[in-house]
Amino acid sequence: MKGIAYFPGCSLKETAKDFEISAIAVMDALGIPLIELKRWNCCGTVFSLTSDDLMHHIASVRNLIRAQEMESPEVVVLCSMCFNTLKRVSLRVNRDEESLTKINAFMNKELDYAGEVEVKHLLEILRDRIGWEQVSEKVIHPLDGVSIAAYYGCTLVRPHEVGIDDTETPTVLQEMIESLGATAVSFPFQTECCGSYQIVDRRDLVINRSYRILSSAQRAGAQVLITACPLCQYNLDEAQTELAERLPDYTSIPVLYFTQAIALALGVEAGTIPDLLAESLVGQEIPKKEETTR
Amino acid sequence: MKQNKMIKIFIMGKAYQVPAGLTIMDAMEYAGYRFIRGAGCRSGFCGACATIYRKAGEYRFEFALACQEMVEEGIHLAQLPFTPAPRAGYILDDLDASENVLLQYYPEIACCVSCNTCTKACPQDIEVMDYIQAALRGDIKQVTELSFDCIQCGLCSMRCPADIKHYHVAQLARRLYAKSASPTPQHLKDRIKEIEAGKFSDELEELTTMNLDELKERYAARQIEPTT
Repeated sequence: MKGIAYFPGCSLKETAKDFEISAIAVMDALGIPLIELKRWNCCGTVFSLTSDDLMHHIASVRNLIRAQEMESPEVVVLCSMCFNTLKRVSLRVNRDEESLTKINAFMNKELDYAGEVEVKHLLEILRDRIGWEQVSEKVIHPLDGVSIAAYYGCTLVRPHEVGIDDTETPTVLQEMIESLGATAVSFPFQTECCGSYQIVDRRDLVINRSYRILSSAQRAGAQVLITACPLCQYNLDEAQTELAERLPDYTSIPVLYFTQAIALALGVEAGTIPDLLAESLVGQEIPKKEETTR
Repeated sequence: MKQNKMIKIFIMGKAYQVPAGLTIMDAMEYAGYRFIRGAGCRSGFCGACATIYRKAGEYRFEFALACQEMVEEGIHLAQLPFTPAPRAGYILDDLDASENVLLQYYPEIACCVSCNTCTKACPQDIEVMDYIQAALRGDIKQVTELSFDCIQCGLCSMRCPADIKHYHVAQLARRLYAKSASPTPQHLKDRIKEIEAGKFSDELEELTTMNLDELKERYAARQIEPTT
């Protein structure tokens, strides 16, 4: 199989299409195409912490079976929330034979999950398999002079056993940013939670948390903020719309998926790029992208 | 004609002797049950006779259309006359085929845990869980394609631990898809023209003015399927 088995997740087909569009273009350019699982379902959304709640692990295990059916030893994920859920479930069933047996018995009319599929985040593939030097070599539009804040959120680096980097002071996104010629901005709130699902019924909580994150990044000099999570992206952008109304002095900054920044630098399809970013990149030749179907 | 050998079956726990080779529906009628509801076309199309049964020695339930599945020695039968699943009210003309429309009318689809129990219950071998998952991510086209063979028997919804009403979700998706994405077929356009031009007006007028006895007579004498 040339390429790597890929689990998109629901958001990437709906509200986060730019994430998928740019990731597919980037991985094509880097020579490891993403091959979408032929069948897949919701990852399960959140990892259930109740020790005997196996029912809520079934969704994840079923997706791991889909990768197993493709004879793939691994499955790569873009959405950090899906990554977190799938990886935690894979570890959970691997070290608890009894629950795996139970889940397999429940899912009759399905191949048994053998417990051998490894869940990887795309950033791990870029860092560990391709390497930032090689990414750098493919850059045709260096993002010189652009200051990009690396926002990790929670699920990419926590808990420790699934985190792709140091839990408190991760560097993987900064390394990525530097490889594109941009300036990486670290800021105190880069691993703070944006408020996540609280957006549904505690909107103000999310707006407040997002404000702290966004203003901290801006104080540190960021012109752009990147994330690996569709929910963080949604919350931060949603907050900015409201902040612009509430606070006359507030200036919005583009919140992009990290793959969009890479796509811009590699000169490949990057999805919808806000005009704001075009402004902040004055003097740069930005490849003009066609409108996506968003 | 050689008489089929008799087999022992159980209907709602009670033993009966019926000839081998009958469908579930025929076997129950042979035993004296009369289907007032839960029976329709008797040809596997209408979905009215969805049923649940269990084979001898098995612990799992099986699902079928009673007019299609054959009885066997030791089988346990029951009757499910109807699935009382609610259908959301909507005015199709006012709806857009947006990504969230299925979730709006059937928010319970978000409770799907991918247990696949619906798929196991489907007598039409539809990937029911997969189309609910497609519905969750707003993929109306995929819901339409995966659910196309649905006959709305309701077994999926009877079994769902999340109380999802799958077949109604799929029906809304197909209606939206037909409305927004698929072209109106020529034969439909032609037929609408014919109706508007009054092709059937006389016949309809005749039927609506006929007295009840005449109408009953006409109904009894109707041709159900073309005779060969």
